[in-house]
Amino acid sequence: MTLQTDKSTDYTQPGVAGMVSDWSSDRQAFDMPWGKLMMWIFLLSDTFIFSVFLTGYMNVRLSATDSWPLTSEVFALEIAGTHMPLVLIAIMTFILITSSGTMAMAVNYAYRGDKRKTFLLMAATAALGASFVGMQAFEWTKLIVEEGVRPWSNPMGAAQFGSTFFMITGFHGLHVTAGVIYLSIVARKVGRGDYDRKGYVIVEIAGLYWHFVDLVWVFIFAFFYLW
Amino acid sequence: MQHVAIADQIDEMHDPQSFVTKYIWSQDHKVIAIQYSLTAIFVGLVALVLSGLMRLQLGFPDTFDFIDPTAYLQFVTMHGMIMVIYLLTALLLGGFGNYMIPLMIGARDMVFPYLNMLSYWMYLLSVLVLLSSFFAPGGPTGAGWTLYPPQAILQGTPGYDWGIILMLASLAIFIIAFTMGGLNYVTTVLQARTHGMTLMRMPLTIWGIFTATILGLLAFPALLVSAIMMMLDKVLGTSFFMPALVSLGESLDYTGGSPVLFQHLFWFFGHPEVYIVALPAFGMVSDVLATHARKNIFGYRMMVWAIVAIGGLSFIVWAHHMYVSGMHPAFGFFFATTTLIIAIPTAIKVYNWVLTLWQGNIHLTVPMLFAIGFIFTFTHGGLTGLFLGNVVIDLPLSDTYFVVAHFHMVMGVSPVMVLFAAIYHWYPLISGRMFNVTLGKAHFWFTFLGTYAIYLPMHYLGFLGVPRRYFAMGSTDFIPESAQSLNASITISALIVGVSQLLFLYNIFWSLRHGKQAGHNPWGATSLEWQTPDVPPHHGNWGAELPRVYRWAYDYSVPGAEHDFIPQNHPVTDTEGTAGDHGESEK
Repeated sequence: MTLQTDKSTDYTQPGVAGMVSDWSSDRQAFDMPWGKLMMWIFLLSDTFIFSVFLTGYMNVRLSATDSWPLTSEVFALEIAGTHMPLVLIAIMTFILITSSGTMAMAVNYAYRGDKRKTFLLMAATAALGASFVGMQAFEWTKLIVEEGVRPWSNPMGAAQFGSTFFMITGFHGLHVTAGVIYLSIVARKVGRGDYDRKGYVIVEIAGLYWHFVDLVWVFIFAFFYLW
Repeated sequence: MQHVAIADQIDEMHDPQSFVTKYIWSQDHKVIAIQYSLTAIFVGLVALVLSGLMRLQLGFPDTFDFIDPTAYLQFVTMHGMIMVIYLLTALLLGGFGNYMIPLMIGARDMVFPYLNMLSYWMYLLSVLVLLSSFFAPGGPTGAGWTLYPPQAILQGTPGYDWGIILMLASLAIFIIAFTMGGLNYVTTVLQARTHGMTLMRMPLTIWGIFTATILGLLAFPALLVSAIMMMLDKVLGTSFFMPALVSLGESLDYTGGSPVLFQHLFWFFGHPEVYIVALPAFGMVSDVLATHARKNIFGYRMMVWAIVAIGGLSFIVWAHHMYVSGMHPAFGFFFATTTLIIAIPTAIKVYNWVLTLWQGNIHLTVPMLFAIGFIFTFTHGGLTGLFLGNVVIDLPLSDTYFVVAHFHMVMGVSPVMVLFAAIYHWYPLISGRMFNVTLGKAHFWFTFLGTYAIYLPMHYLGFLGVPRRYFAMGSTDFIPESAQSLNASITISALIVGVSQLLFLYNIFWSLRHGKQAGHNPWGATSLEWQTPDVPPHHGNWGAELPRVYRWAYDYSVPGAEHDFIPQNHPVTDTEGTAGDHGESEK
């Protein structure tokens, strides 16, 4: 096994000089493993997917002829006799952001070589993600069964409200579900010690994906629920 | 933290044993490339036959009973979609991208071979889904390759019940396949180059493929999302793209959607798609020209930056496809300006190609003929692009045969010319044998002259105002009768060109067995793919040790050198001049 020894490649320089030396080096442009760079590029591509989803949503919201329902009221819950707008969404957001915290800690422990803590924190992240999906399922059920919202129509106003809601949260929910499965698999392998030879960068790669899913939710929360 | 260069870990490479692992479920980039290419060429032939059928109707209306308006629209749609996506994109990136990237940058394979294999099988699935629409009730969609709603999913459009659904599903699968391949290409170029291979020493082929792949990864999302939205409109009855409308006397349930949104999303994908096809072609033609003119490419750095600039600009010009859709004049001005700015890096490239030929030792080999042919067709197509990029000129010419002529010259025939050049150029490497030169030259002249016989008259038809996509003109006052004889002449030329492609197919397959042995590096090329220990390269490409790169890819006719080319893996000697050292001296 040979390490990178080309003298023209000095990754330690800060700022623009470091960037120039990275890009003008031979062999590799970024000081990171292949999988990590590939995840970054995938996330860039996925960013475009969600951007187009949100742009499309904004466009149909503006072009819709019927009035847009008041999201804070649609997503309100009656808890113990108190009317609380957006309460479920707030809890879901809190859970997802918390899961990013546990994920970051898992990455930290993975690089320290603490397999047990890494496994537990990743399992906790996956569990938080699963509970997010569960609450989303509850939210969907409530809208479909109790409020009569359908992708093609709803009693509250513009049909595009239901269309974009199910499409965007559904697509994001699929990402979270895939993330939960991904994290579970990696966590199990971490627990078994499968990565002792290859190194634990896979935990960070899974973490990148997870933080991305979390970040996307923040934008969906801002543009769909708060607007 | 320094990482182990995974390219050096030869123990990870397991040579495939059985026929199935070697040729079917292969993870070798070269086999995947050939699988991609054969599939793409096969669907391309389907699309070629469709274009012939279209031309039969246009050239000789009311002669062929089996072409009714429904079938005609389906031919138009499938021809366009197959050619742009399933042939050109797949062959240039899936085929040549896969074959050339690891070989030209000195890697053993793509960084994730398994994902690469999945990419091909997903692509095959998307092709099968697309072709299955020919056998679905109602046939394939006839909405035009742009699939504009509302008509694409409404009754009255051919294939409105199944064809459009299969088309959208196939596109989504294709995008997944492309993403898996594309992530591999980009990561491989960035991270898996060999010793001494800096980005600025990469052959332009790699620069073109690399930039095009990035464009694809950023542009295909728009197509994916619009396919999902249109699928929902069609299947679930949502109204993303569908306004309230009356169809066949019935008022539909759709309300409040935006058809123009689809056009924006489609062309946000569609314009970069032009360059996804063009940039790899630009790159490959540069290498073919330099090799066969025995001269370094003129202005290598400019060529690289032009590729990058064209790639960047291609994301902010999409609405020039929509001047007639209704747009604020300020936006028309903006998009016309950005469109014309693209002409600058593109013109730089054309000048550099011509200046590469200038005083070169030009060998008129078959690949060179096609490469020079490309300069002609691309320049002609590019110049008509300047007409269409201006709002006021585009308005009367929009949706006429002028547009058909323009884009067939610039992004239909031109990349195809380069593909032929590239196939002939790299055929000795891929197959180990030479093709038949006489057949190759005949193929070139039929194709090249035929191109002009087909598309030059179309410009005149466009000026006359003959609209595209029409099944028949009927008795239209403003179109003179002579237009019909022009159409008939175009059809005859198209059929001849179509049939002459059999020369190419025959040549390729005949030479596999009967061509003479090519040996190492028959063209005397400098880039790494010709420096492999075996021809064709074996699994793992480089034998025991990766090559080491000391110079750029264009050291042709260096004064004082022994041969008129110096391969990239030859160390710099004291005797040679400074021509090869472009500020990249070995540190």
